[in-house]
Amino acid sequence: MKKPRINSNIIDIRNLHTRYGKAVVHEDVSLTVRPGEIFSLVGGSGCGKSTLLRAIIMLLQPVAGSIRVFGQEVIGLNDENALPLRRRWGVMFERGALFSSLTVAENVGMVLREHTHLSAALIDEVVALKIALTGLPADAGAKYPNELSGGMRKRAALARAIALDPELLFLDEPTAGLDPLSASGIDELVKSLRDVLGLTIMMVTHDLDLLWRTADRVAVLDKGHILGIGSMTELSKLDHPLVREYFYGPRGRAAREQAWKKK
Amino acid sequence: MIAIQIARLEIVTDTAAAPASVTVRCAGAWTVQGVAPVEQRLTALSLPPASELVFDISAVSALDTAGAWLLHRTMRAVEQRGTTTRISGLKPEFDTLLQLIAARAEVVQPVEPVKAGLLASIGLQAWRSLIGVSGMLAFIGESAVTFLRSLIQPRRIRWRPILHNLQTAGFEALPITGLLSFLMGVVIAYQGADQLQRFGANIFIADLVGLSMLRELSPLLTAIIVAGRSGSAYAAQIGTMKINEEIDALRTIGIGPQELLVQPKIVALVIALPLLTVYADVAGVLGGMLMANSMLDISYRVFLDRLEDALSLSSFLTGIIKAPVFAVIIALVGCYQGFQASGSADSVGRQTTVSVVQSIFLVIVADALFSVIFNWLDL
Repeated sequence: MKKPRINSNIIDIRNLHTRYGKAVVHEDVSLTVRPGEIFSLVGGSGCGKSTLLRAIIMLLQPVAGSIRVFGQEVIGLNDENALPLRRRWGVMFERGALFSSLTVAENVGMVLREHTHLSAALIDEVVALKIALTGLPADAGAKYPNELSGGMRKRAALARAIALDPELLFLDEPTAGLDPLSASGIDELVKSLRDVLGLTIMMVTHDLDLLWRTADRVAVLDKGHILGIGSMTELSKLDHPLVREYFYGPRGRAAREQAWKKK
Repeated sequence: MIAIQIARLEIVTDTAAAPASVTVRCAGAWTVQGVAPVEQRLTALSLPPASELVFDISAVSALDTAGAWLLHRTMRAVEQRGTTTRISGLKPEFDTLLQLIAARAEVVQPVEPVKAGLLASIGLQAWRSLIGVSGMLAFIGESAVTFLRSLIQPRRIRWRPILHNLQTAGFEALPITGLLSFLMGVVIAYQGADQLQRFGANIFIADLVGLSMLRELSPLLTAIIVAGRSGSAYAAQIGTMKINEEIDALRTIGIGPQELLVQPKIVALVIALPLLTVYADVAGVLGGMLMANSMLDISYRVFLDRLEDALSLSSFLTGIIKAPVFAVIIALVGCYQGFQASGSADSVGRQTTVSVVQSIFLVIVADALFSVIFNWLDL
């Protein structure tokens, strides 16, 4: 939509192995993310979801395997060659990771100032636009991160992640720690970002509501292996004790019923 | 590597048509990376009045929010001057984006941060200083109350953190304190040797090194090293805990942060600093003794004999008695500044700096006061 896309996968992970010291995190993980889809990683705490995300965004060096993003191998890529790639994706960290000494507007503007040649006035306007796009009130821009509520901080982090109009967006636990109202606001936001800006989104989440409402495809991770990949409906039919527990536990059932009612 | 595509535009004036119309032919990548070259030209766009302006975007290959905003902004600016605008060659996928931008355009007003005037900022600064002084006093009071309470109920004393602090602030400071103090002794002997030799008063090197180290230099030097090593660590630790809401968590669990974090530090430092000072005394005198031997040919035995005559118990005690006072200053300032941190990582850094500067300043002021008092008392 934005740039002519080659008809191939946005992310292509093949036989990935990662380790933290001696602890094995991933064993032979393979998955692909297609253009324009909302792809989600789920699984219990400590199953390596966030680690996989960190490996893709080059914060962690895997032991073996291959990760291709936009067709380029990211493992072993040096900083200089990684920069053009990094500009094409945005990352929203679990706890926001907003720079606490800068205001929200400065946080978002910093990315633009660093990587584009736009005039200061235009940058300020684009920043205000991004802040508005994430559903924050206009006066939030002048505030410091510690003056914002948890939900607003997530939105501000999202505004920073989409500052450069990335083609690919990584979200780490976008709804963690939010009240149901703010969380469903994030659901809508994620969907509309994908629809309007044509983003490909890869997220890590525990939030079943978010999954039912937004995810096109989901990968279930457990103990470093992928148990299954598919749409939520497909996964809910999968016959694996852990997957069944995940989807048919009390919370899973409620979320599923909610999702059906909506449809 | 992907070459960054840029946006292009071309202005075509058609005077034959009535009313006169101007077409802006937009092409290329109207993206955040690409629009910079056309931004200037669009801002400075001047048009004949009462004409129609057409933006032909059929050749635009990519459009993102920055590009869409620039287009939207330009169109609005032109319309305000009474010229009608129109977009031609609109692709459906760009339409949603442009509509979204138009819907949000009202909210887009960059917020200017409020800047205080000179007078206001002076007032604010003065007010903050006042608050700071009263906060410090309150903190000292709170520490005193906690201390008294733990005297009444000795079970409340937390030995574990005290021992831990003794190790980190005391034992682990031994190498650096010893080395610096030794060097200080060497330097004093070196500087003094030359002068003393001129008067043939070589033997007084023991008086010079002994008195200056014991009375003044080693307590001061040790206090400054500890302020830099441990005072800063206290401020950083408590500041980070404050920001992570760990201090609040302690309060809700029913543990006073004073009791757990401040008091053990004060107690440990009050024990450790005098001990470190004695150690520094020894190291300093040793340095002086070595220097006296090599430069003035004073044997160790002679030096030590002279040292015994030169030093009285009071000269040792006047040095040592300062150490607990310095310790209280360093621990209190470090902890207080830690509690003052708020909000950002920046503020932890700032408070840590302030804690070191303030505690060294106060230590030297206290040292000067001691000199005056000892002078009165004729010590």
